[in-house]
Amino acid sequence: MRFIIVRFLLIFPTIFILVTMVFLLMRSIGDPITAALGGRLSAQQLAERIEAAGYNRPLIVQYFEYIGQVATGNFGTAISDGRPVSQLLLTYGGATLELAFYALLVAFVVGIPLGMVAAYLRDRWPDAVLRVVAILFYATPVFFAGLLLKLVFSVWLKVLPVAGRASTRTELQMGKLENRTGIYLIDAIQLGSPAAISDVLQHAVLPGLALGLLTAGVFLRLVRTNVIGTLSMDYVDAARSRGVSEFRLVRKHAYKPALIPIITVIGLQIAVLLGGAVLTETTFEWKGLGFKLAEYLSARDFVAVQGIVALLAVIVALSNFIVDILAAVIDPRVRY
Amino acid sequence: MTDPVVTSAPPRRAPLWHRLPIVHQLRQSVGLQRGMLIAGLTLTGIFLLTAIFAPVLAPYGFAQLRDDNGFFGAQQAPGGAHLLGTTVGGYDVLSRVIWGTQTALAVIVVAVMLSIFAGVFLGLISGYIGGWLDRVLVVIADAVFAFPTLLLAIVAAIVISGGQSTLFGGVLAAAVSITVVYIPQYFRVIRAETVRIKSEAYVESAKVIGSSTSRIMFRHVLRNATRTLPLIFTLNSSEAILTLAGLGFLGFGIEPTSAAEWGYDLNRSISDVTSGIWWTSVFPGLAIVLVVLGITLVGESLNDLADPRLRTRRKADSPTSGVATADDAAPVTAATSATDSTGAPA
Repeated sequence: MRFIIVRFLLIFPTIFILVTMVFLLMRSIGDPITAALGGRLSAQQLAERIEAAGYNRPLIVQYFEYIGQVATGNFGTAISDGRPVSQLLLTYGGATLELAFYALLVAFVVGIPLGMVAAYLRDRWPDAVLRVVAILFYATPVFFAGLLLKLVFSVWLKVLPVAGRASTRTELQMGKLENRTGIYLIDAIQLGSPAAISDVLQHAVLPGLALGLLTAGVFLRLVRTNVIGTLSMDYVDAARSRGVSEFRLVRKHAYKPALIPIITVIGLQIAVLLGGAVLTETTFEWKGLGFKLAEYLSARDFVAVQGIVALLAVIVALSNFIVDILAAVIDPRVRY
Repeated sequence: MTDPVVTSAPPRRAPLWHRLPIVHQLRQSVGLQRGMLIAGLTLTGIFLLTAIFAPVLAPYGFAQLRDDNGFFGAQQAPGGAHLLGTTVGGYDVLSRVIWGTQTALAVIVVAVMLSIFAGVFLGLISGYIGGWLDRVLVVIADAVFAFPTLLLAIVAAIVISGGQSTLFGGVLAAAVSITVVYIPQYFRVIRAETVRIKSEAYVESAKVIGSSTSRIMFRHVLRNATRTLPLIFTLNSSEAILTLAGLGFLGFGIEPTSAAEWGYDLNRSISDVTSGIWWTSVFPGLAIVLVVLGITLVGESLNDLADPRLRTRRKADSPTSGVATADDAAPVTAATSATDSTGAPA
């Protein structure tokens, strides 16, 4: 219990430091109104807008006001379309969450079994191939992986959709739902139409793969290293001397302790996944937080950018907290 | 990579050539690990040579739209005068892929230099002096470390260049953005090493004979704390390329007329892919993959060779390599497991 409280309190300095850094960095280049609208409005109009938004006040006053706003869940309002950033979370957060879920699923299904195979066949050719594959997964930028998958499966083989989260038909059907979650898979299940579910899943395959393979490579390496580590432990030697087969050793004895580090790494992977989501969503026109962020970036709407980045800082800090608690529940040694 | 304070001196030191960083590992490696190291070194070598000889190798300039026969034309299929075709903007794909190595190399060099200096310096100070400064720096480094690197790089890129810019400004902006993100990594490793080395007997001896703090820090601690750097160096170079490409892909790269940048080219090719035009995306993408693959293979091999649990042993140990192994193993393992537990590099 004490661990949970201490770990929970640690969230706040993390968020505070990131929000402060982003605020100071973004403000060091001047006020956001000039950045977004400079050149399009007259100097007179610009000054009026700056005055109205309060950007002409001392920086320290603006800073404390901003911290106060973030503490109450107000992440600012976009200049370009006037939408509050916290509302974007409700509209687009579901899409990003769904994408991250598919990616993690791919990472687990691909990474963990392959890592075990590589450890089992250590230093033989399948191990070498798998290790190069893991590095290839890491070396391929998610957007290039996305473009390649698109090229092969959507353009050449024509078996999967090119972009988007669902076909227009399904989107229209889901639009009529009363309590939409924004997570299309759940919405499609709510509709109860098998056609909608398969449509949503078909759209998810390529983005999920593009983003998930990156993390799959990480899991593969991690499982391999840890299984090799546990295979040389005394209790595994003991089992081996009892005549347990090598395959069963990997499958039953060495495998479970090797999974504990995975849980810790998931915490860090959430950050990687969110960064990758920005690129994947842009590649596949997957309308999530990352897609929105890229849009605001090209519109030079830095209030919205700052808001989304701060929002993501909160999400990262919270999910790391949850992952750490999970890790502590599973492995009592990490508690402090 | 030689240890100035060897407690039990080896009977006979290997020639200098054999103790050089890469050569030492190459001699130490066997079988598969040697194969991976050689493959990585080859790819990295090709990358470096291409970057150096880009002006000779590239058939056209990176921003060239026309030659004596008129305009190249947009989206020309590979073949003829343009071996890899032309882009939607009418540039020669092959030339831009080749010139892109220069941009990537420039960014790596500047970014890694900056983050090594800043990260090593801060880590050394923080680890050796300790106290409240140490605590504050650790909390900040941890906060930055847990955050998506690309997002932070975007913010830094906005601040430095306000978006797109010239070759020099663009390279510098990308490099500094990457630096901001990677300082915490160098900081963490060097700090951990410094804290460990601080309690070694030879540091205390130095204190006893009255060496100044700065002399101990830079002569005794720094020399011994930097042995893991080649490893982080390779891993961060590959991440620098990926971050640069990510920034370029989101439109925060370098203008096509200032330099060739693969991420930018990939961004422009999104719509090409949908209409089946593959050459504008596949070639710059492959360039990124091969360079990152090469550098990562080198880094991976160095990592494995430094870790006795992962190193494939030579069948019969020669006396020199045996001594070097026992000597190298312990401290490096401590530092690599520190990076490993965080899941770095991937």
